[in-house]
Amino acid sequence: MSATAPPLTERPPQQRAFNHRRRKVTPVTVLVTVLRYLALVIASVLFLLPFYLIVRNALASDLEITAATWTIFPSTIHWENFAELFNDPAVNILRSLVNSAIIAVLQTAGQLLLCSMAGYGLARIPYRYATPIFYAILVTLMIPPAVTFIPSFIIVSQLRWVDSLQGIIVPVLFSGFTTFLFRQYFLAFPRSLEEAARVDGLGYFGAYWRVVVPNSGAFFAAIAVITFIASWNAFLWPLVIGQDSSMWTVQVALSTFLTAQTINLHELFLAAAVSIAPLVLVFLFLQRYLVQGVAETGIKG
Amino acid sequence: MGAPAAPTAPPVRRRRGGPGGVTSAFWLFVGPFLIGLIVFVYVPIVWSVVLSFSRAQNTVTPGDWVGFQNYLDLLSPGPFLDSLITFTVFAALIVPLTFALSLGLALLLNSITFARAFFRSVFFLPTACSYVVAALIWKLSIFNGVRFGLANKVIGIFGFDNVAWLATTDPPWYWLVIVTVRLWLQIGFYMILFLAGLQRISPELYEAAAVDGARNSWQTFRFITFPQLRATSVAVLLLLLINAYQAFDEFFNLLGNSSFARPPLVYLYYTAQGNQDFGHGTAGAVILALLIMIVTLAQGRIFGFGRAE
Repeated sequence: MSATAPPLTERPPQQRAFNHRRRKVTPVTVLVTVLRYLALVIASVLFLLPFYLIVRNALASDLEITAATWTIFPSTIHWENFAELFNDPAVNILRSLVNSAIIAVLQTAGQLLLCSMAGYGLARIPYRYATPIFYAILVTLMIPPAVTFIPSFIIVSQLRWVDSLQGIIVPVLFSGFTTFLFRQYFLAFPRSLEEAARVDGLGYFGAYWRVVVPNSGAFFAAIAVITFIASWNAFLWPLVIGQDSSMWTVQVALSTFLTAQTINLHELFLAAAVSIAPLVLVFLFLQRYLVQGVAETGIKG
Repeated sequence: MGAPAAPTAPPVRRRRGGPGGVTSAFWLFVGPFLIGLIVFVYVPIVWSVVLSFSRAQNTVTPGDWVGFQNYLDLLSPGPFLDSLITFTVFAALIVPLTFALSLGLALLLNSITFARAFFRSVFFLPTACSYVVAALIWKLSIFNGVRFGLANKVIGIFGFDNVAWLATTDPPWYWLVIVTVRLWLQIGFYMILFLAGLQRISPELYEAAAVDGARNSWQTFRFITFPQLRATSVAVLLLLLINAYQAFDEFFNLLGNSSFARPPLVYLYYTAQGNQDFGHGTAGAVILALLIMIVTLAQGRIFGFGRAE
C-alpha cells in the first residue's frame, strides 16, 4: 500500500482560488503534485492487480497458470475455457447463476417495495401507535443480521423452507435498516407535492405511488444498487439455507469448488470472472447511484 | 406485498383525517413489513433465547432444559472464547488499517483535479467483488504457497524461499492474507464515506485558517479537516468494528475450520450446521448479539450519537 501522508493532501479544490497567492508554481508544488500522482498510480496498480489475475487465469491453460516462469498474459487466449466451463457436468455454473439472478432481483424489488412503504407510513401517516412501532423497528438495528443466522435458520426450518429459493429470499426482505433509511428520506421529502396530490383527491397510497415514488427515482436507484450487490455477493445465508446443489447461488458454488478443489484452476477462475461480470456492468453504468447509496447507507448507519 | 394498483377510474375522494382512514392506511403501508419483521426477526430471537437453555442436539425444539449450562460451556476456556480472541486480533489489525488507508486515499483524491473520477472508480471497483471471489484470488493466485503464486514469485526475486502463507502459524502469515483481502474489498467503500465528509466541510473554514496563519498543510489537517470529519470518523469506526465482528466469508473460504483462526461466526456455523448442536449455537448467538448491543449503546453514550432526525 502506498503510504499516503496526510500533510500533503488535505486542501479541498475550492481552496485553490483563495490560496492562489500562496500556491504559485514552485519546484516544491510541482514535486508534491508528482508525488501525489505517483502514490495514486501505485495504489491503482495494487487495486487492479486482482482483476488482472482473474482475467489472466480465466483465459489461460492450467499449464500456463502453474508454470515456473510468470506468463504476463496467455499467448493464445483459451476461449474454449467457456465451453468447457458451461459443459462441465460436475459444475452446473449456469444453474447457480440463474439462482443468484432470481434471488438478487426478487430481494431487491421486494425490499424496495416493503421497506419504502413502511418507511413512508412511518414518516407521513399520523397513526396513534406509529412511534412505538418505529422504536420496535429501531431496536432491531442494533443486532446485525449475520449474528442471528442460527435463529433465522430455525424459523426457516420450521417453515420447511430449507433448500428453497423462498427460504433464501424472504427472511432478508424485512430490513429494519432500509426502512429506517426510507423513513428519513421521506421525512425530508417536500410535503407540498403530496398536498397537491391530496387536494386532487388521492389517498395516502395514491400520493405515495403516483407522486412520491416517481419523484424519488435517484434515492430508490441508490438503495436498489446497494441491495442488489449485497444480495448477489451474499454468502453465509445462502450457504446455510441452500444446501442442495440445485439451490446453490454462484457464491456458494464457487466456494464449494474452491474448498474442495474439484475443478481445474482455469475453470474456477473463469467461473469467478463470470460471477463478477454482472456487477462490474452494474458498477460501470450505475456508479453514480452506487456512490450515493454508499454515502447514504454508510453515514446514517 | 399485494398492494392494490393505483385506481384508474376517477379516484374516489376519501375522507381525510378520519381516524379509521388513518389507521387502515397505516397498516396498509407498515403492516406487511411489520408481520415479516415479527416472523423473521422477533420470533427467531425469542425462540433462540428459549432454546439456548435447552440441550438441543439435532433438534430445534426446546424442552430438555439445562439452565445456563450452554452459556457456561461457551464461556469457559475453549473454542468460543478463542474465537472472540481471534476477532479481537482481527479488529485490532483491520480497523485502524482500513481507517488510515481509506482516509489517506480520500485526502489524496480530494487534493487533485485531473483524473480524479478515474482514480475514485479504480479504488471503488473492488466493492463490486464478493468475498468468495476475492478469497479465491488470494488463495489460489496470490498467496497459494507454491512457487507459481504471485507473492512467492515476488519474494523469490529478493532471494527468499517459498512461504506457505495460509498454513504458517509461526510467524502467523495467515493474518497477512486475511487482512489484505478485506482491505482490498472495503477500502473503496470507506473512502467514499470520507470523500462525502470532506465535501461537507465549508471552504470558509480553510479561509479562516489561512487568515489565522495556519502555516502548513499539517496544521490545516490537524485543526480543521480532522475535527470536521469527526462525525464521519465515528461512523466509520463503528461500521468497521461491526463488520469485523461479522467476519465469516474470508475466514471460511481461506482457512475453513482451522483451530488457530476461527472468528465467532465461523465457530457458530460449525457448531450449528456442522454438529447440529443448536443449544450451544443459539447460546453463542445470544452472547454475540448482547456484546454487539453493548458496543452500539456504549458508542451512542460516548459520542452522543443520538437518533435525532
